[in-house]
Amino acid sequence: MHALTQAVILGVLTGGVYALMASGQTLIFGIMKVVNLAQGALVILGAYLTYTLFTHLGVDPFLSILITTPILFLVGVGVQWALLRPLHSDDVAQLSLLVTFAVALGIEGILSFGYGATLTNVQPSYANFSWTILGYQVSLVRFVAFVLSLVMLGLLYLILQRTKFGRSVRATVQNPMSAQLLGVNAQRVSAIGFGLGTATAAAGGAVFGMLNSFNPGSHYDLISRLLTIVVLGGLGSIGGSIVAAVGMGVASSVVSALVSPIWSDFSFFIVLLLVLLVRPRGLFGARTRGAL
Amino acid sequence: MRGSISRVGPLRVGIFFLLLIVIPLVGAPGWILNTLIFTIMYAALASSWNLIGGYAGYPSLGHVAFFGIGAYAIGIVFSKDVFGGYVPFFALPLIGIAVGLLSLPIGWVSMRTRADVFAIVTITLLFITQTLAFNLKGVTGGAQGASVAPPPFAVDHYDWPFYFAMLILLAIAMGISFYFQRSKIGLSLATIRADEDKAHGVGVRVTAVKLIAFGVSAGLVAMAGGVWAYYVGFIYPQFAVDPLITIGMVLMAFLGGRATLWGPVLGAFILVPAQEYFAQAFGASQLYLFAYAAVFLLIILFLPRGILPSISERLRQRRPVIATEEAFAGEESTSGPAMEVTVER
Amino acid sequence: MSDALLAIDGLTKQFGGVTAVDHCSFQVQTGTVTALIGPNGSGKTTAFNMITGYLKADSGTIRFRGETITRPRPADLYRRGLSRTFQQARIFPELSVEENLVVAAGYSWPQLFGRRVSTSDRERARTMLQEFRLEPLAQLPARELSYGQRKLVEFAAVLTSEPTLVLLDEPTAGVNPVMIDAMERHIRQRHAEGVTFLVVEHDMQLVMRLCDPVIVLDRGAPIAFGSPEHVQTDPRVLEAYLGA
Repeated sequence: MHALTQAVILGVLTGGVYALMASGQTLIFGIMKVVNLAQGALVILGAYLTYTLFTHLGVDPFLSILITTPILFLVGVGVQWALLRPLHSDDVAQLSLLVTFAVALGIEGILSFGYGATLTNVQPSYANFSWTILGYQVSLVRFVAFVLSLVMLGLLYLILQRTKFGRSVRATVQNPMSAQLLGVNAQRVSAIGFGLGTATAAAGGAVFGMLNSFNPGSHYDLISRLLTIVVLGGLGSIGGSIVAAVGMGVASSVVSALVSPIWSDFSFFIVLLLVLLVRPRGLFGARTRGAL
Repeated sequence: MRGSISRVGPLRVGIFFLLLIVIPLVGAPGWILNTLIFTIMYAALASSWNLIGGYAGYPSLGHVAFFGIGAYAIGIVFSKDVFGGYVPFFALPLIGIAVGLLSLPIGWVSMRTRADVFAIVTITLLFITQTLAFNLKGVTGGAQGASVAPPPFAVDHYDWPFYFAMLILLAIAMGISFYFQRSKIGLSLATIRADEDKAHGVGVRVTAVKLIAFGVSAGLVAMAGGVWAYYVGFIYPQFAVDPLITIGMVLMAFLGGRATLWGPVLGAFILVPAQEYFAQAFGASQLYLFAYAAVFLLIILFLPRGILPSISERLRQRRPVIATEEAFAGEESTSGPAMEVTVER
Repeated sequence: MSDALLAIDGLTKQFGGVTAVDHCSFQVQTGTVTALIGPNGSGKTTAFNMITGYLKADSGTIRFRGETITRPRPADLYRRGLSRTFQQARIFPELSVEENLVVAAGYSWPQLFGRRVSTSDRERARTMLQEFRLEPLAQLPARELSYGQRKLVEFAAVLTSEPTLVLLDEPTAGVNPVMIDAMERHIRQRHAEGVTFLVVEHDMQLVMRLCDPVIVLDRGAPIAFGSPEHVQTDPRVLEAYLGA
């Protein structure tokens, strides 16, 4: 029982971080109907940036988020503007998918070249510190990451609900054509929206780097999880992806603790298949079609 | 009307395969055969991928999972003994059929909605297969890998059985592509590729046809994996289920032209030797990935239809819009009011 | 009641706060060319999409040929004899005109593995091509056709499966008068051969000439039903179109 509760706590905390990364992905899908297969690679990029800032400049990983977020925002805007915007042909959706896939590989390639394939992680002094509350361990890093996720999701919410830009985004998500007719600049919304989505990878990366050993190839693992979460939560629903993230975090943590860590990876895939079997639109599926 | 689909002159096929058959027989050196084995393998892989990714329009990003399964199948069954050397080759069709059938449930679940969910499931499949390969130590040997017992082939013609096995696989893959194109399966796939909802609307048996394409391509890829495993002898998880192989398949089909017979073959015959050349000349293997990605992006941005369709498009004369008796020239534009209607599931 | 070819009862669809189709009920009798008209936003196309399985209804029942269809699916309906065309003329651009007709004609399981365009396919298609005077275009890829020609091909294609009921979604929208005449002629001819039509249309003159009865929708529900003359003079219809 103790092990189970411990696993659940761990799962919720981890889920919160996944929620942040997944929400960026959901946002991108909602605006542009594009599944961003590079999100995982961007998180890893964030992790490596954090690592470099930490080991060479002594910047605290959490603080480095202030630096890496704008960087990843610009990367996102750049990718959208240079590589996605020019796509015009009949199967633009499929091509967008492949473009983001290629971007993911490109990032992996560059990181591979720059950092090599050895596993690294970011180890500030407090990396292994944990509190013991009521007999349960709560790691400092995970807890702060969870809080950070909440803060950033809150920020995202505020941006979407309270700003003019956010209104444009929501309008575009619901009805792109009407939004354009009402004066929303689709290009700008797409570019900035994509940038916002990729910016969430900065915080995700910093945290990921502290909690896991990673190398450039780690993005496959990550993107599989993020995609599972996004599909589960229903492509296009941020609230859904948050619920799905926490759910999957708990599920895989529990499986890991009670069965074995190996099977916890597998559990993602099984859950994905089962959900698709029963509800192809995901659990909270907005009626958004696939990218086609 | 064949349009962007290349016509297969029997002459072209005949010459192509004749050349490839003759090359080892006239004593080409080992390194050429070696390069050709991989080139032909990728041509077969890309052609098989093309069945689902090109003709059906469902881009599988994890097809290498089936390659790895085929590889491990050979590695596990023949780890101690190859029974004279030719038995593993005869085991291949069984592996192909088995993997093809086993892939159907996955295909069915993942193709129920749209192509991007399909892409997601296939990437996840890739990752899961690799994880299993690493972790099911009892079966796959984990990170230590598995190995196939060495075959008793004569040293001076060692490569020949593998070479011809790959060539046969390529012939099968191309043969199936050709058959698809010429049958109603291909007609159905073309409708699915163009407008799946409308295809449903005119009664096309969408699910069945997608599953056929998926299962067949999975089986073929598995067989290629089997030959590869036998040839290479050692099967490590990161190489048997290597994302680079998936990317290679997809990229080659794209480069040459999806949904064409010769496109994937052309793509393979361009990229594999090029890759070998760059490996020799520059060495740095970490840049492979980046180079692949860069080439991929260039193709998608500048030549999205691939080489062969782009050429046939240029060659086609511009025909004037023929007016039927019931429409006069100076018709309204070729696009009407735009309103999307899609099936909700 | 039970001999209506198509019977809709209580069909409802809401999008967010908007009720596009509101407990809509009507019937289409066999052997008619029934019109479904109404001002913009009255729910005609939404109703169409629900009937033909492209949109899931929130509630309501659909009965076709006396059978209740619980979950309409386009492919299933097509094989039962209910087909539709689209406002924007959806054909398969990469296939030839002939192939567009062949694929819509339907085929059995063994034929799936047979020739792409068999001799018998050619024969069937030829009849259609002749009737619609599309022979010169037969081998052209459909994407090279003009909009009007595409609408004709789409119409011809759905007829190849010899449907019982055809739902036409604005068959004359965006089409020149000569083509409108042609469409009308083909509809009349098929009607004479026993096909029933349900037509969404904005061209009132065409509706008055061709259709009987006429169903008028406003804000998601029927407000009038009857012969064209009757509907034309109904004050509710005038109000719906002209506003209060």
